Amino acid sequence: MNIWDKAYECMPREELEQLQWERVQSTLNRVYKNVQFYRKIFDKLNVLPEDIQSIQDLSNLPFTTKDDLRNSYPYDMFAVSLREVVRLHSTSGMTGKPIVVGYTKNDLKNWTNLAARILTSGGVTKDDMVQIAFAYGLLTGAFGLHYGAEEIGASVIPTSSGHTEKQIIIMKDYKTTTLVCTPSYALRIADTMVNMEIDPKTLNLRLGLFGGEPWSENMRKEIEGRLYIDALDNYGLSEVIGPGVAAECQYKDGLHLFEDHFIPEIIDPATGNLLPPGEKGELVITTLTKEAFPMIRFRTGDITRLNWQQCDCGRTCIRIEKIMERTDNMLIIKGVSVFPSQIEQVLYEFEGCEPHFQLVVDRKDRMDVLEVLVEVSERIFFDEMKRQRNLLENIKQRLSSVLGVNVDVKLVEPQSIERDLKKYKRIIDKRII
Amino acid sequence: MLRIKNINTYYGKVHALKNVSIHVNVGEIVALIGANGAGKTTVLNSISGITPPREGEAIFRGVNILGLPTNQIVKMGISQIPEGRQIFAPLTVSTNLELGAYHRYSRKNKPSLKKDIEDVFSFFPILRERRNQIAGTLSGGEQQMLAIGRALMSKPSLLLLDEPSMGLAPMISKDIFRMISRLKDELKTTILIVEQNAKAALQLADRGYVIETGKIIMEESSNGLLNNKEVQRAYLGKEKKEIWE
Repeated sequence: MNIWDKAYECMPREELEQLQWERVQSTLNRVYKNVQFYRKIFDKLNVLPEDIQSIQDLSNLPFTTKDDLRNSYPYDMFAVSLREVVRLHSTSGMTGKPIVVGYTKNDLKNWTNLAARILTSGGVTKDDMVQIAFAYGLLTGAFGLHYGAEEIGASVIPTSSGHTEKQIIIMKDYKTTTLVCTPSYALRIADTMVNMEIDPKTLNLRLGLFGGEPWSENMRKEIEGRLYIDALDNYGLSEVIGPGVAAECQYKDGLHLFEDHFIPEIIDPATGNLLPPGEKGELVITTLTKEAFPMIRFRTGDITRLNWQQCDCGRTCIRIEKIMERTDNMLIIKGVSVFPSQIEQVLYEFEGCEPHFQLVVDRKDRMDVLEVLVEVSERIFFDEMKRQRNLLENIKQRLSSVLGVNVDVKLVEPQSIERDLKKYKRIIDKRII
Repeated sequence: MLRIKNINTYYGKVHALKNVSIHVNVGEIVALIGANGAGKTTVLNSISGITPPREGEAIFRGVNILGLPTNQIVKMGISQIPEGRQIFAPLTVSTNLELGAYHRYSRKNKPSLKKDIEDVFSFFPILRERRNQIAGTLSGGEQQMLAIGRALMSKPSLLLLDEPSMGLAPMISKDIFRMISRLKDELKTTILIVEQNAKAALQLADRGYVIETGKIIMEESSNGLLNNKEVQRAYLGKEKKEIWE
């Protein structure tokens, strides 16, 4: 099993903690000096960076939220002048103003190293043909992994996203061994292969590194089974650096978070309080090496838990549990929190259900009503009414008992739920509160 | 090898080092760069106990050395080469070297001292030629070699080097830097170096820290620091800051 940056990825904990602390201090000193937003926070609390005496003290500082970043559009959060910035990326801005992030030369070097780490931990070597089917553009996904793959010495095929049929032809003719994209796009590729009558077994594909959206273990099984590959998860977000924050190794038991560059904390998303070690909550990240766009306690909105146990692969850094949920995906139905992943898990138990579903929430007579639209295979849809009704009733009961709230279920035809290319719309909330 | 955490050092009421944390791994050369008065020398003096820090933690090979007197710290294997060399000018070269081993000087140890002096001579052959000369009559470069040789006499595992190129002609300081990298390669000495000549120090070092008004503002690989625009502007003399920025 290969490790790209052994000196740092397998650093003894004691040394790592010293390094982290030194980097926290220098980051705090720099943001206080160079970023007005942080300077104001410190001044308001009447503290100086040197008053923070340990990594644990970080939790006395307020969070940086997505809204803070939006309000600083475009450049107010930069810690260096623009002439030192050599690359700009941004978020899609689908839920508001986009967030612009910048990178200095050193940032790009670190990013490349981090991407090389996640690709190596997934099993990519210099002999691989890596097809990158993330959109090349303002988003960070494609470029981050692109440079990492080149750093390793692998051959990069920058197909970008879309044109699925062309992707598959390239995959076949160029002898792609590794697919890099979102997990849902991998399934779409599998679907399209069926339509094109191409047998994935005849391809050279052996690995898939997926990220960019939450996905479940069942989805992994489906991708692995349909494309005949090893599917591994990696985690990153533009606000922090892009892909390269954490990645699974071949044991597929949590994602190694590269603690020499990032410090993770887990908080209760509702109260913002730090949770006891090992509990599940929202991931908060502080960057340690970013020059152009340092982040202090950034709320990621991703739900996970931390695992300090050392992994058999030899890496000493902490692991985060596979992220399947976001705080903004969390629905509160009659006071009960409901995650789409729970529903997905249940649906996989039933034969004939597709993992595609949509949640419609409404409020009738002042009561929340949750309706789940489930795609079922054609065979079932045209089956006799009685069987269909049985299935419906079973799903309904199972869902209600797992979620703890009553659920309405509706079976719909395959491919009838609207999908955009990357992420389909899981939740429609019609409630007027 | 050495881990320093949250050190605060004062000169009277002046808070000179504010929560400084650094570490040096075995076999590494680590450079500490910064402007005049930023606190570079104070960091070295805090480690060697010359200006003991008021708060903090300094672990050297697993032992907390904070608060220990300097002579004990030297015995434990840390040796400092002070700024401006500070050799004993009226004494001969050999006597200077012997004084470097003052803490283990005894009749019984004499043969081993002799051998150590020979080792220093074989490392710096010019000192052998000058062994009976009065140290004050040596050239600047030779004096620096003598200062390093004297520090080596205490058999240090960590060498604290303060401004080795100070006051030397460019050609001579190049020689000195070459010798420092030989120290690392041949004697496997771990070195923490403080230097005005940031470029030369970073080219020599594996990692570096940037210190500014008593605070560490950067920890990076040497290449990373050499590429950093802010470091280039402030310490490497490249690319001046524009007036309207």
